[in-house]
Amino acid sequence: MGAHAPWNADRAASVIAGLQDREGAALPILHALQEEFGYVPAEAIPLVAAALNLTRAEVHGIATFYHEFRRTPPGRHVLHLCRAEACQAMGADRLHAAARRRLGIGWHETTADGAVSLEPVFCLGLCAVAPSGMLDGAPLGRLDAAGLDAALEGTR
Amino acid sequence: MTRVFVPRDAAALALGAEAVATRLAAAGAQVVRTGSRGMFWLEPMVEVETPAGRIAYGPVRAADVDGLVAAGMLTGGAHPLRRGRPEDIPFLAGQTRFTFARCGVVDPTSLDDYCAAGGLKGLRRALEIGPAATISEVTASGLRGRGGAGFPTGIKWKTAADAVAGRKFIVANADEGDSGTFADRMLMEGDPFALIEGMAIAGLAVGATKGFVYTRSEYPHAIAAFERALSAARAGGLLGTDVLGSGMAFDIEQRVGAGAYICGEETSLLDSLEGRRGQVRAKPPLPAIKGLFGQPTVINNVITLASVPFILAEGAAAYHGVGYGRSRGTMPIQLAGNIRHAGLFEAGFGLTLGEIVEDLGAGTATGRPVRAVQVGGPLGAYFPPALFDTVFDYESFAARDGLIGHGGVVVFDDTVDMLAQARFAMEFCAAESCGKCTPCRIGSVRGMEVIDRVLAGRDVDANLELLRDLCETMKFGSLCALGGFIPYPVMSALVHFPEDFRRPALAAE
Repeated sequence: MGAHAPWNADRAASVIAGLQDREGAALPILHALQEEFGYVPAEAIPLVAAALNLTRAEVHGIATFYHEFRRTPPGRHVLHLCRAEACQAMGADRLHAAARRRLGIGWHETTADGAVSLEPVFCLGLCAVAPSGMLDGAPLGRLDAAGLDAALEGTR
Repeated sequence: MTRVFVPRDAAALALGAEAVATRLAAAGAQVVRTGSRGMFWLEPMVEVETPAGRIAYGPVRAADVDGLVAAGMLTGGAHPLRRGRPEDIPFLAGQTRFTFARCGVVDPTSLDDYCAAGGLKGLRRALEIGPAATISEVTASGLRGRGGAGFPTGIKWKTAADAVAGRKFIVANADEGDSGTFADRMLMEGDPFALIEGMAIAGLAVGATKGFVYTRSEYPHAIAAFERALSAARAGGLLGTDVLGSGMAFDIEQRVGAGAYICGEETSLLDSLEGRRGQVRAKPPLPAIKGLFGQPTVINNVITLASVPFILAEGAAAYHGVGYGRSRGTMPIQLAGNIRHAGLFEAGFGLTLGEIVEDLGAGTATGRPVRAVQVGGPLGAYFPPALFDTVFDYESFAARDGLIGHGGVVVFDDTVDMLAQARFAMEFCAAESCGKCTPCRIGSVRGMEVIDRVLAGRDVDANLELLRDLCETMKFGSLCALGGFIPYPVMSALVHFPEDFRRPALAAE
């Protein structure tokens, strides 16, 4: 996964300026900020608000409405595991319990060494190869404990 | 050099298709990346071009490639993984592929491939016959919204066409959040020009020059595949200021969601596109009259729009000729969860649920008996095998307190705990509620609490009565389908599997 830049107000302003003229620019801007910094830093909220002529409260409201936008930096790798029904039907709940034990963290948490963040997701569209997940955007199908171990091998 | 076709569909990649493609290229094959044919128990499925047509091999792991090549795979040679011509595989041979005819066959980055496989015939005909006749054709086909609501597409288009406004929009709903569904994803990865063509036809029909595709962020491969197709469509004159030399302007911009299930609801999606929290709007006004940025907007599901090119190219009668009752044409049925033959099966409406699960799906993957089948995503009802005679169409499922939704069929074996599934439905609703209306926002949390008391065996009868009452309130008092339909999975679990709601803990009462 690409390394993210540390917070930089000038860089943020330039990301925002590049997108602010699009209609309904808030989501594209928040996505671009997260792409740049790995999350949507609180410091960015007033800059977005000023650019879009919204209040800070409104931008905060948008950023926190959507599960995808992080408010804290992610680990070096992000593991998404699908919690939805098709994956449940193939034993996802047991797999997830094992994954949390192995990583020593809960949902939305990052391992102490900063290597892996664990995020739940409701459906990746990989329901025909359940249980499924995604590691740094690479899809994983028919996951079992061994498969998950193999995928996580490269993250330490 | 022999051409071999390897899917780049995300589910095939999840099973190692990328490594297979790399290994085949190293073995000297010319690798063409395609979408998936939708038979995921055979993925990664590799197809080899031979004088006798394509020959399929699958499931192929990277470690199998050298052995396959040594066995003469590149000339269609014999091997235990050889599946013969893909068209002859019963699962594929039994389908009526109107919308997915090209998926898994063509190179989804090549507009030339698309045209050679019959693409753009629909748009050319629409340009020839004009907007009014195009809408008549869509209406006559009987096409209804494939996102789940089943609203007649032609009527929606006519409403937007008749609205007077400076700007109009076409919006494709690619926020495919229902578990068990992946048809939009497969199409956008495997045949994205079909969506572009369908949107261009819609733009022509209603007088819109701008389209948006709202794709969920959980689909990075579909997003990338569709961006590649948009570039190729602009370069090839399919999009831009002069669509196919007609003088009509139409262009499409893809926007990416951010992990909110509710944005699959059309008015939430529009608010999200406008740059706001994805909260549901009260209807009326209908989006066709006052939609995106307050302008008349046709908002349709990806599959609805991608079905239109066939209808225009082959005529409304060809589409209307298949189907069942008031559900005309085909539906991509998506078989998922605990099922042996997981995949996409496009067929006319009218199969029974039993035929879908037992004949097409070949039973569970675990080999245990089927206990419950959830049809239509997280808002769909759980059906027991006793209801397997239910016909797959909009009306038959509604008559049995269920819905077909976007066509997802999720199978569970006899280890499923239906009380846990009912609780999950409420938990999901609580997590994904947009918060605008009280029955959904508060009701879902209260629903979880009530089910937890049943789980603990506390005052079970009184709490189940309360749960029924709560479901009634949510069903009739919610603003949209999330709060309104979450009672389907909850109540179907209670009605069809009451034994799971009577725990041994009951003894403590």
